[in-house]
Amino acid sequence: MTDTGPGNASGVPPLLSVRQLRKSYRSGSGVLEVLRGVDFDLNHSGFVAVVGQSGSGKSTLLHLMGLLDEPDAGEVHIAGIRVDNLPAVRRDKLRNTDIGMVFQSYHLLPEFNALENVLAPLMVRYSVYEWMRMKKVAHSQARALLERFGLGQRLHHKPRQLSGGEMQRVAIARALISQPRVLLADEPTGNLDEASGTGILDPLCELNRQDGLSIVLVTHDASIARRADRIVRLVAGHVEIL
Amino acid sequence: MYKLLLCWRYLRTRWIALASVISVTLGVATMIVVNAVMAGFAHEMQTRIHGILSDIVFESHSLSGFQDPNWHMEEIKRSGGNLIDGMTPMVAVPAMLNFQVRGQWVTRQVMFIGIDEATHARVSDFGRYLQHPLNRQQLSFGLREGGYDTVDSQADAPGSTRPALEGAGWPYRRMRVERERLWRERLESQSDTTPAGAGAAESPSQPTRSVNDQVEAVLSATAAPEAAVAPPLDGSTPAATKKDPFRTARPEEGRVMDLAQEQFTGVVPGIGLASFRDNTGVDRFLVLPGDDVKITFPTAGTPPKAVSDTFTVVDFYESKMSEYDSNFVFVPIDQLQRMRGMIDPQTGIPSVNSIQIKVTPGTNLNELRDRLRKAFPAELYLISSWRDKQGPLLMAVDMEMAVLNILLFLIIAVAGFGILAIFFMIVVEKTRDIGILKSLGASSSGIAGIFLGYGLFLGLVGAGAGLALGLAITLNINTIRAAVEWCTGQRVFDPSIYYFFKIPTIVNPLTISWIIAGAVGIAVLASVLPALRAARLHPVEALRHD
Repeated sequence: MTDTGPGNASGVPPLLSVRQLRKSYRSGSGVLEVLRGVDFDLNHSGFVAVVGQSGSGKSTLLHLMGLLDEPDAGEVHIAGIRVDNLPAVRRDKLRNTDIGMVFQSYHLLPEFNALENVLAPLMVRYSVYEWMRMKKVAHSQARALLERFGLGQRLHHKPRQLSGGEMQRVAIARALISQPRVLLADEPTGNLDEASGTGILDPLCELNRQDGLSIVLVTHDASIARRADRIVRLVAGHVEIL
Repeated sequence: MYKLLLCWRYLRTRWIALASVISVTLGVATMIVVNAVMAGFAHEMQTRIHGILSDIVFESHSLSGFQDPNWHMEEIKRSGGNLIDGMTPMVAVPAMLNFQVRGQWVTRQVMFIGIDEATHARVSDFGRYLQHPLNRQQLSFGLREGGYDTVDSQADAPGSTRPALEGAGWPYRRMRVERERLWRERLESQSDTTPAGAGAAESPSQPTRSVNDQVEAVLSATAAPEAAVAPPLDGSTPAATKKDPFRTARPEEGRVMDLAQEQFTGVVPGIGLASFRDNTGVDRFLVLPGDDVKITFPTAGTPPKAVSDTFTVVDFYESKMSEYDSNFVFVPIDQLQRMRGMIDPQTGIPSVNSIQIKVTPGTNLNELRDRLRKAFPAELYLISSWRDKQGPLLMAVDMEMAVLNILLFLIIAVAGFGILAIFFMIVVEKTRDIGILKSLGASSSGIAGIFLGYGLFLGLVGAGAGLALGLAITLNINTIRAAVEWCTGQRVFDPSIYYFFKIPTIVNPLTISWIIAGAVGIAVLASVLPALRAARLHPVEALRHD
C-alpha cells in the first residue's frame, strides 16, 4: 500500500478502492473468516491481478467489489464515492452501468443467443419503450463488439452451440457493452485450454492498453498474472503486494 | 425489456409449465360451458314462467275476488298510462278434477282458472302452448273436429310421440258415446246376471271384441268422412272408452243432451294432468279431447260451498313447466263466474280474482308495480310482477349457478397450486440465470417481474385456450350430445326430464370476462410465491448454483 493511497500524488481518487474489508461465512457450527481487513486500490486504466490459493477469498473480494455481496465491515469506493452502503436499487444500477463482470464458467443465459446475451445489460437497463427506440443502435454496438472478438459468424448461436473460448468472449463482450469503468474478471481462463485462454487474455490486455479499461483479474495461475501491471496476493485474508 | 423477452423464451421452451395450465384451460372451458347451459336453462325457464304469468298480476286477497273488472282496468290504465299494453281479467280457484280411467275415479287437485278467450292470449303466451293449430291462433272452448297435433309442436325432433291424439276431438267423442250405448244395451239384455246399472258395467271386464266391432261398424256407417279415421286402439283409448256418461242431461236445462252431437262447457287441462310419458318416449293419455270430466270447486261467498259440474276436454295446455302443466285447468271466465255465483244478480256486474297486465316492451316492471301499489290499497289488492311470483324458483336457479361456479372455480384454484409447484421448480432450475441477471444489474423487483409476467402469460394462454375450447363446446353442444348418444347408446339429455329438446345455451360476455379474469388472476397469484423466492435469492449463491 505504498503507491496507492486514496489521495495519491495527483490528488485524483483511485477508480476503485476497498478499505479494511472484512467478510466471514458461517460454515457449519464455526465462522470462516475469509477477508480480514483487505485494503486495495485500482487506478484509472490500471490492470491488477489478484492471486492466491483456492479459498483465499479472491472471488469473495471480487464479489464485494462488484457489489454482488455486502461486506461485514469496511468500505468500497468507486471514484471516491462510497458505494457499499448504497440502497439496493442504486447498487443494482451501478452494477449495470459502471461494472462489467466475467466469470470462470461464462454465465451466459441459455435461452438467449450470443447477440442477445451481449445485449442483456442494455435490456436490463431500458424499459420496453426505451428499448424500442434505441434497439438499432444497441444492436449495431453489440454486433461490432462480437465482430471485434471474432464472433461475427456466431451472432445467432445459442451458448450451447459455442465452444468455451467463444462463450467467454461473448461474456466479455457482454461485460463491455455498457462501457463500464471497471472490468472484474474471475478466473476467465480457468475452464479453458491454453490456446483459448490466450484468446481471452490477449484482447483483455489490448483493451487495457488501447482503450484504457481498468481491469481486476482474479487468477491462481502465476503466468497469467504476470501479464498484469501489478500483482496482489491474498494470504490469510490479507493483501500482500508483490 | 429483458423480462418480456425471458418470459417469452421460457414460454416457448418450458413445456412442463404449459402442461400445468391445461387444468386452467379445462377449468375455464368447463365454467364457460356450464354457465352457458345454466343461463340458457334459466332463460328458458323464465320464458316459460313468464309465458303463463303475464308481466304484472293484479289480484285480490280473497277467493271471491273484487267486483267490476272493467272499472279496475280503467283505473289501472289511468295509473299505468302508456306503459300498459293489454289486460285481461281472470278467476282462479282451487278445485278437484275427477275423471275415470278403467272404471276407477281419478281425482287431481288443480287450479281452476277462468280466462277470457278473446283477450287472454294477447296478454300471455298461453295460446302458444295449445295442441290444436287453430287454438294456437285463436283459442276456442269448442271441441274441434280432429286435427290435434300428434307431434309436439314445440319440439324440433320429428316423429310422432302422441299417436293417441290423432283421432281426438269429435270423432273420438262420437265413437265413445256409441260404444257406451252398445255396452248399456248389452248389459240391459243380460238382466239375469248383474244388477242393471252403469256402475256395475264398468267393473273391470275386458272390452270384448264384439262390442268394438259393432262400434266400428256403426261409426263407418254414420260418421262424417273425416271422422271415419279409426281412433288408435292403443293402451290409452280402451281406458278412456270405458267411461260412462255420468249424466246425459243437465238438470237445469231440462232436456236430454245428445252427447255425440253436443259438448259440455269446454275446459283445457294441463297436459301433465291427463298424460304420462312411457319409457319409449310416447305420451300415453288418460283423457283425450272429447272426454268429459267432473270438476268440483268452491262457490264465491261465505262460507264457500262446493259445487260440481261436468266439462268437456277440448285441448291440452303444455308450457313444459311441469308445475303448471300438472296443475292448471282453464275454462271460459263467464262460465266460471256464473257457476261460482260471481255475477251480481241485480246489476249483472261480474267479479274477478285477478287482472293480468301486459306491459309495453322495455318497461321497468318494478316501477309500474310500485306505481300501481301506490294507487290501490294494499289491504285489498296484491300487485306483483311475474318475477315476484316465481321468486323462490328463480332464486333457487341463481343459487344453483352460484354454487356450481364456486365449485368449478375451485378446480381452477387447484390448477393454481399446480402452477405454484411447477414455478418453484423452474425457479430452482433457473437459479443461476437469476444470479447472472442480478450480476448484470437486474433488480430484485425485476427478477420477481419475470416470474409474475410468466405467470400472467401462462394464465392468458391457459384461459385463452379454455375460452376457445369452451365456446367451441357450447356452440356445438347439441352435436356433441348427439355424437355421445350415438357412441354410447345412452340418452345423455332426456327431453322428458327437462322438457327441452335442445340443450339451451346463452353465452354471456360479462360472465366469460369474469371467468377469464379469475383464471388469469389465479395464475398470477400462484406465481407470486415463486417470484418472491426468486427475488430474494442471493446473487453470489445463485451464481455458484449448479
